Amino acid sequence: MTIIGGKTGKTYYPTIGLEIHAEMKTKTKMFCRCKNDPFNSEPNMHICPICTGQPGALPFVNKLAVKSVMKVGVAVGGKLADFSEFDRKNYFYPDIPKAYQISQYQYPLVSGGSLAGVEFERIHMEEDTATSIHKSDYSLIDYNRSGVPLMELVTRPVIRDSETAMTFARELQLLLRTLGVSGASLEKGEMRIEANVSLSEYGYFDGDFSKLGVKTEVKNMSSFKMVGKAIEYELNRQLNILEGISDDKLVQETRGWDDNKGITFSQRSKETADDYRYFPDPDIPKYKFSDLPEFSYESLKNELPELPWQTRERYMTEYEIKEEDIEFYLQNPNFRALFEEAVKNLDNKHAYAKVSNYITSDLAGFEKNPPMSLRESADSEKACLQNVLGEELAEIIKMLEEGVISSRGAKDILLELYKSGGDARKIAEGKNLIQKSDAGELKKIAEQIMVENSEQVEQYKSGNEKLLQYFIGQGMKATKGSANPGILAKVFKELLDE
Amino acid sequence: MIDLNKLTITRAHKDMSAGKYSVRDLVDAYLEEIEKKNADINAYLHLFDDIDERVEIAQRMFDDGTATLLTGIPMALKAVIAKKGQVTNAASKILRNYRAVYSATVVERLEQQGVVFLGSANTDEFAMGGTTENSAFGVTRNPHDISRVAGGSSGGSVAAVVANMALSALGTDTGGSIRQPASFCGAVGFKPTYGAVSRYGAYAMGSSFDQISPVAKTVEDTRIVFEAMRGADDYDMTALPNETWDTDNTKDKYKIAIPRTLVYDSSDEVKKVFDDFVEKVKSSGHEVEDVDIPILKEVLAIYYVLIFAEVSSNMARYDGLRYGSQIEGKDLWDTYRKTRGQGLGNEVKRRIMLGTYVLSAGYADKYYEKALALREELKGELSKVYEEYDFILTPTAPVVAPKIGSMENDPLTEYLMDIFTVTANTAQTCAISIPAGVGADNMPIGVQFMAPPEKDDTLFDIAKSVKV
Repeated sequence: MTIIGGKTGKTYYPTIGLEIHAEMKTKTKMFCRCKNDPFNSEPNMHICPICTGQPGALPFVNKLAVKSVMKVGVAVGGKLADFSEFDRKNYFYPDIPKAYQISQYQYPLVSGGSLAGVEFERIHMEEDTATSIHKSDYSLIDYNRSGVPLMELVTRPVIRDSETAMTFARELQLLLRTLGVSGASLEKGEMRIEANVSLSEYGYFDGDFSKLGVKTEVKNMSSFKMVGKAIEYELNRQLNILEGISDDKLVQETRGWDDNKGITFSQRSKETADDYRYFPDPDIPKYKFSDLPEFSYESLKNELPELPWQTRERYMTEYEIKEEDIEFYLQNPNFRALFEEAVKNLDNKHAYAKVSNYITSDLAGFEKNPPMSLRESADSEKACLQNVLGEELAEIIKMLEEGVISSRGAKDILLELYKSGGDARKIAEGKNLIQKSDAGELKKIAEQIMVENSEQVEQYKSGNEKLLQYFIGQGMKATKGSANPGILAKVFKELLDE
Repeated sequence: MIDLNKLTITRAHKDMSAGKYSVRDLVDAYLEEIEKKNADINAYLHLFDDIDERVEIAQRMFDDGTATLLTGIPMALKAVIAKKGQVTNAASKILRNYRAVYSATVVERLEQQGVVFLGSANTDEFAMGGTTENSAFGVTRNPHDISRVAGGSSGGSVAAVVANMALSALGTDTGGSIRQPASFCGAVGFKPTYGAVSRYGAYAMGSSFDQISPVAKTVEDTRIVFEAMRGADDYDMTALPNETWDTDNTKDKYKIAIPRTLVYDSSDEVKKVFDDFVEKVKSSGHEVEDVDIPILKEVLAIYYVLIFAEVSSNMARYDGLRYGSQIEGKDLWDTYRKTRGQGLGNEVKRRIMLGTYVLSAGYADKYYEKALALREELKGELSKVYEEYDFILTPTAPVVAPKIGSMENDPLTEYLMDIFTVTANTAQTCAISIPAGVGADNMPIGVQFMAPPEKDDTLFDIAKSVKV
């Protein structure tokens, strides 16, 4: 969306490109056999000669990590490299033990592709750095993260507003999680987003970089909301400079997002380009993927699970459930598994909608905010989603369809299942939730009630038909709620209208 | 008394198997020589502290019948090859007291066979140089004339073998570092095909050139050591797979190419020994022809551009932060500057600076990229030669061992000494240097056979077939 300068009336075109680093979920690190577990261990537990850069140590590529990046490439419709190589990016810093990072420069694993309408420039593979912990007068380094496989995804500068950036980032997180290639948590730093932001007076990006304005690179956003806020802030800051409202100078630099203050601040000037002296790493043979059948497009494609957009389409056409329910399942694999298991035992759209409703509102509610009765119950400890089997959930829906239980009863059974599992029908019987549907039996009860409430019978007969509800209420009371209210109504109506 | 002068691996194995002497006796005989000679020669930087333990293990292997040819064989280990728990300092101040935290694949493989590594052999700092004068801990002297260098960079390894301070030794060969000192000291130095031997644990100088290489007094001994350590390795992706390795390429009669114009850049005494040797090759029944391979004149330039580039990156890890000697400065960058400025020697710094230059934006395409392209061209040219010939034969070095200090502040002359040897490393092929005679001052002169990749076995065959 274009921005109009308040002072000059000029039109500005925002250009946003994202660079995303995602730590990959592999058993071992990128180039050694150390456990890939940077967040759950004592510092410097998962280290070896290779990931601490001891003299003479050599990298050995983790094939699974390479494969995972290529799977992402297939999923987004990118072009897989046939030839690829690893390069050394040379620079000094304590968190980079070899003083070079093994990365990819000229020949990324994937080029192009798109997601949520945003095109990728490239996707490549590299190794993560160690973690620095800066204290007042010294610094500590934890090498657990050193050499963890890292995927770098670079979009083309085609994003025009913060909303699109956030949607894209969310969609990417979902894709990485669906593929199982990354935990992709922003909070944990498993997924790190940098936004390149600029304003142009000449129009949107059309391939001509010289038309773009001075860009800044914004970092340190640890949630999608922060990504949106930081981009908004940065666009506004740049606008104020371009409009002459602010005295700041617009320079190419890296800026950090300060979420407490809600501002970006200058971290590092990028006016002189760093010279990383990239060159092909002589320790790693070059890849010719057409010689490696397991990396072929077809075999990678066959390994893909159902992708989020495929799931959306299938759920829409097969189950016709609400869009928000579908998004809920995409974000919550446990609930999704339960839904998929339940619908296997059901056969109509009404039932699908109903079961989805129980999952997304009731069960999700138990998980998020357990009801008092659950919190106070003796076995609240054991209560969990895993107790609920899809099959039993389907059984509740079937009992509802048969009119065997009331919707009130259904919720009681659901809570019971959640608390301690079991068989839905047995719970219904045990808790006396089976509705009395035998018209003959209900007729006797109704006749008794009519005898006891002769006054109301008279009023009904003289035209006050609203009193039918009163009789049904009495009937429910007499059966302790176990009567099927529909049948009860029918019985009363017949008797009263005689 | 064990006659160390004539001892070979096979002889020692037979003797120890027959109980003529024990592993202890053999190791002690070498330790005695070290005691006598090392102060003059300076082949060893220090001895390892686990010799007794290794002797016991080796003796047990003889006692329980599991001994191999290499069991109990005392060897020297170049100071750029890691041995767990032992100071492995690359003859550099920056690693003066650094104890390796793991063993190189070759060390593991040889120790499994019962080899007893005696100590860490001197080298030019991080294997950069051709005389061992760049060692931070003093030059290694030539056992034939201690006023001369032993050559380098594996000067310590070679001198140890020649002076009976080890029966065999491991060095590395990046541009001639095992063959040139072998030529200067009168030993056999074998540079395997790139990837034949795992580099895991060999401190990288030029990663696409380095090969761990054996030196011994006989061709057969270098072959035995090579066979024991070669093969694929799960820790080195550039190590060649075993499946494709053809171990029998030998012939009765070989065809040999001599790049005559290049050879004639040598000194007169080298030329004479070389010409005599060529006659012996002919009289041993092989065919010899002069050939013109113009690109060989360019190899030194290709080699040094690429080596500098790789060195500049490989040496960057030595920053004193995780290991090695740190000199604390007022901040991080000052610490880097002081640690590396004082910890590294001049030749290492020279190569780092030149390498940084040839990889820099705006220069990489002029130097690094061009050299890479020429390297491929060289490989192509050589494979054409090898379609017709089994070997290329040259002197190993254009001169005999120079006097110590004679090339001080003259790195170009020193680089020129590599003219014959760098080709095999640049093309990633194999080569062997064998003694061919002596020059005017009775200094040894070697000749070199080069063969195509993975034809290593033919080198041992030709070297044995020529009667000197």
